[in-house]
Amino acid sequence: MEGDIVQMGAYIGAGLACMGMGGAAVGVGNVAGNFLSGALRNPSAAAGQTATLFIGIAFAEALGIFSFLVALLLMFAV
Amino acid sequence: MSEATGEGLVFHPMDQFIVKPLFGEGPIHWYTPTNAALWMGITVMAIILLLVIGTRGRAVIPTRIQSIAELAYGFIHKMVEDVAGKDGLKFFPYIFTLFLFIVFSNFLGLLPKAFTPTSHIAVTAVLAMLVFLTVTIVGFVKNGAGFLSLFWVSSAPLALRPILALIEVISYFVRPVSHSIRLAGNMMAGHAVIKVFAAFAPLILMSGIGIAVTPLSIVAITAMYGLEVLVAFIQAYVFTILTCVYLKDALHPHH
Amino acid sequence: MATEHEAAEMAQEAGHAAAEAAGHAAESAGMPQLDFSTFGNQIFWLLVTLVVIYWVLSRIALPRIAAVLADRQGTIAGDLAAAEELKLKAQDAEAAYEKALADARSEAQKIAAETRAEIQKDLDAATAKADAEIAARAAESEARITEIRAGAVEAAKTVAKDTAAEIIAAMGGKADAKALTAAVSARLKG
Repeated sequence: MEGDIVQMGAYIGAGLACMGMGGAAVGVGNVAGNFLSGALRNPSAAAGQTATLFIGIAFAEALGIFSFLVALLLMFAV
Repeated sequence: MSEATGEGLVFHPMDQFIVKPLFGEGPIHWYTPTNAALWMGITVMAIILLLVIGTRGRAVIPTRIQSIAELAYGFIHKMVEDVAGKDGLKFFPYIFTLFLFIVFSNFLGLLPKAFTPTSHIAVTAVLAMLVFLTVTIVGFVKNGAGFLSLFWVSSAPLALRPILALIEVISYFVRPVSHSIRLAGNMMAGHAVIKVFAAFAPLILMSGIGIAVTPLSIVAITAMYGLEVLVAFIQAYVFTILTCVYLKDALHPHH
Repeated sequence: MATEHEAAEMAQEAGHAAAEAAGHAAESAGMPQLDFSTFGNQIFWLLVTLVVIYWVLSRIALPRIAAVLADRQGTIAGDLAAAEELKLKAQDAEAAYEKALADARSEAQKIAAETRAEIQKDLDAATAKADAEIAARAAESEARITEIRAGAVEAAKTVAKDTAAEIIAAMGGKADAKALTAAVSARLKG
């Protein structure tokens, strides 16, 4: 019984951790959208900034990956 | 229906990441040839095939394989030169090694039944720690104590500087963590999600609901696979360009 | 609603399966990524891999590709230089052609003038010769005409003298030869 409660908590925690992915999604969308609006204003400068775009996307989605990792840890490692 | 599903569907999304000895059973010593070692070896073979066998003609007008090798060379060379500067070019072979290893193990890991070395924290942590140590050592050797000015933001108001310095130091030491977990997490996540969808696919053999679920899961696998192909390249690119950015910090710490 | 029920069942199933997986891999701490007993192995093979790749790249692949790229750059630069040189050569050749053309034209004019002069000379000589011949022929003809005329006058004189002598004789006179001759000559002169 006790073990079941722990497991239940772990699963609920895993589900909650997955909400972090939504935050990462918003962040990545924000980065890409702002890049696009900037690129449409000044297309000639856009090509030089794709590296920055990818770095920004990588930083934003790393946090989503962290939440995914927490979920996995709760599911499999706790 | 519920008992039908109860029998068959098995979810082992993480089993694909288990490191097994290639020959027989038994404990894994540091020297045991495992599936991880096998796929790293295949990665090396693929790199040699592309960059050594592919370019053996040394043709002025390149063959297809040779132009792919030249494209990869030019891509990373330009990235190192643009981001880290001209003096970063002596680290080019090192960065190119990291890029090729990551990009090839990512793509080879997408083959069915394959093992992805870069999905393991152990591997990516070593890669990230190598970068971290290289950057730190190069920074101190090149700039001496001046490397510490990386943490002292001289453009900020004086009162804020100690706080900023603390934040900068923490973010500096978090770099290898995020650097490694980003790569391993992306690889692991994509493969696990594909595996979860794949576990739904045999439902059509067990219950009527499978008529709807199975095609859906197959479509989902295909879509995820396409995304994973993209991610496999982008993560290698991001790892490489972040390495270049860190290297730039080491070579030119004054912002 | 069956779908939802089904989904719930499957989710539960997934949970059970995951729990089973976690249970059966309990000795390896659930996630294979966190199975520390394999870390040494992976790190060892990773370092071997990286060293091999680095060695292959820095010893063989990168110098070769760099050489090929430099070679291509050199070839392109060389080709451009050669093209420039050929262009200059073509311009030279064009100038030489123009010059040869002009030379040939002036030569041709010279030859034509010379030829014309020569022909003129020949023509002049031939004309002169023909003129002289014509003059000679004319003189000869004149001489012969003079001679013929003289002969004719003589003949007429003789005939007139004879006829006059005959007439005189027929009329019964006797003509003096001297007086006849003088009279005929005076008449003919008339």
